[in-house]
Amino acid sequence: MMGIKVEDLYVNYGDKEVIKGVNFQIEDGYVVTIIGPNGSGKSTILKAISRCLKPVKGKVYLDDENIYTINTKKVAQKLAILPQVKNVSSDVVVEELVSYGRYPHLGFGKKLKKEDLEIVDWAIEKTGLKDLRKRFVSTLSGGERQRAWIAMSLAQKPKILLLDEPTTFLDISYQLEVLELIKELNETLNLTVVMVLHDLNQAARYSDEIFVINDGKLSKSGCPKDIISTSLLRDVFRIKADIYEDSINNCPYFIPKKIDKIVN
Amino acid sequence: MDSCEKKHGMNKGFILILLMVLCIASFFISIGNGAVKISPKEIVDAVFFEKDTINYQVIWNVRLPRTIVAGLVGICLSLSGAILQGIMRNPLAGPNIIGVSSGGGLMALTILILFPEFYYLVPVGAFIGSLLATLFIYCLAWKDGVLPTRLILAGVAVSSLLNSGINALMTFFPDKVAGVIGFMVGGLSATTWSQVKLLFPYAVVGVFLVMLLPNKLNILMLGDEVATGLGLNVEKTRFSFIVLSSLFAGSAVSVVGLLGFVGLIVPHMTRLFIGSDYRYLFPGCIFFGSSVVILCDTLARVLFAPMEIPVGIIMSALGAPFFLYLLRKKESV
Repeated sequence: MMGIKVEDLYVNYGDKEVIKGVNFQIEDGYVVTIIGPNGSGKSTILKAISRCLKPVKGKVYLDDENIYTINTKKVAQKLAILPQVKNVSSDVVVEELVSYGRYPHLGFGKKLKKEDLEIVDWAIEKTGLKDLRKRFVSTLSGGERQRAWIAMSLAQKPKILLLDEPTTFLDISYQLEVLELIKELNETLNLTVVMVLHDLNQAARYSDEIFVINDGKLSKSGCPKDIISTSLLRDVFRIKADIYEDSINNCPYFIPKKIDKIVN
Repeated sequence: MDSCEKKHGMNKGFILILLMVLCIASFFISIGNGAVKISPKEIVDAVFFEKDTINYQVIWNVRLPRTIVAGLVGICLSLSGAILQGIMRNPLAGPNIIGVSSGGGLMALTILILFPEFYYLVPVGAFIGSLLATLFIYCLAWKDGVLPTRLILAGVAVSSLLNSGINALMTFFPDKVAGVIGFMVGGLSATTWSQVKLLFPYAVVGVFLVMLLPNKLNILMLGDEVATGLGLNVEKTRFSFIVLSSLFAGSAVSVVGLLGFVGLIVPHMTRLFIGSDYRYLFPGCIFFGSSVVILCDTLARVLFAPMEIPVGIIMSALGAPFFLYLLRKKESV
């Protein structure tokens, strides 16, 4: 199978079991969003797929190959990740940051060839950063900065992009900007996107498929219309909500009403 | 803002050339100054043409080895510091953090105080001591991988433990303290060609690696997870860089004593001049690091001549205020 396959995954943080046996597969070309309450383990799953955390048990396959045994550079040529914690020196300009995305493709001398520079230009163009390419990343606005990081991931020329809460700390217009960009990249480049989002309405609007993680297990998966239901919002997120149909974007949305008190 | 950033990019090559000129100039200043003043022309004459003048004797036997050692020490320590600040993403990281000074110092002092008859083993001992301390700190910080903060904290703890050993030795053997002060503050007096030979291989390897490794450090600076995503084996890279910088700093410490300050401050100064891109920072550190140590050593010899002050004192006395001045001037870093 082409794409990602997660088999019987167990991941621990120290002694604490966080992921307790998760199975799923993601086929190429899909936008998949992982949702779940705080501490449910959604980011942990993403970290395991991106090989930042080693699972205690279970396997992750990328195009039928075990992700922990293939050369890490080979993985990086197919799979790009955008974690939450990123760091950039105050004097790095946008095009420089984007060019780091070519790292897994470079030869021994680590020199950027003409072809690499063209890909960097292409990634900058795709993310609408043309006018900002000489700017310091540290002086950009939140949304622009996130776009610069996405451009770096694009320069990796991956077929799969993993994003860990790409909209956190952004105000609503930047959130939309980033999610629209992700959607566009998925449609024009057939880029597979796996992301963790907190905003369930955004998840419903921008994903082909939603995975619900609760207490370290995959409790439900399917298309947004099947997932966003009063019972899921009550059981997993503990809220009472009314669900409506967004006919413009052809997706469900809900308005939360109140917290559903846990009755013991 | 935009024009300022463009200027910034263009200047880097120019700044590098300036630093190289500074390096060459300090070489001649160092050789030309001392008890006998020698002009640059006489230096060239003495080195390449005349073989039996006094100048030739002075330069060839005393000043040249000393200047070269100062330069090599500057290169080794500043490269070591630049690497450590990069892999730990922490501006306070330096050779002292990975136990180079405390490990090397304890070993050297043990030899000098307890087994003075083996004084000739001090360089080897200091070198091994630094490396052992580094590996010890690394093992202590290991727990499903090494996190920079944990490494720094383990480094601080182990260093203070080893330093208490150093202090204990000095307390129990107060009569021998005078003999080890030179090592403690770091000095370049009585340097000969044999020390040049000791340091030269490390410096050559250092310069060679500078050509190969800056990209890895640039990538590692983006964060562990980003670097992993870009196909860098973070654990392996960090470990090999730590060993590498311990070798650099250890070799320098073994020859001149505890001069760790250079490793902390020169990479910062170079970064303020030239930015944090390791493709420029490494060569910058090579030129600037060697210039700083050479010039400070010249001052140490000339300032209160004929009395000589240990170069470590000059370095801290001049380096710290200058560094603070740079820090205040450039707010962005």
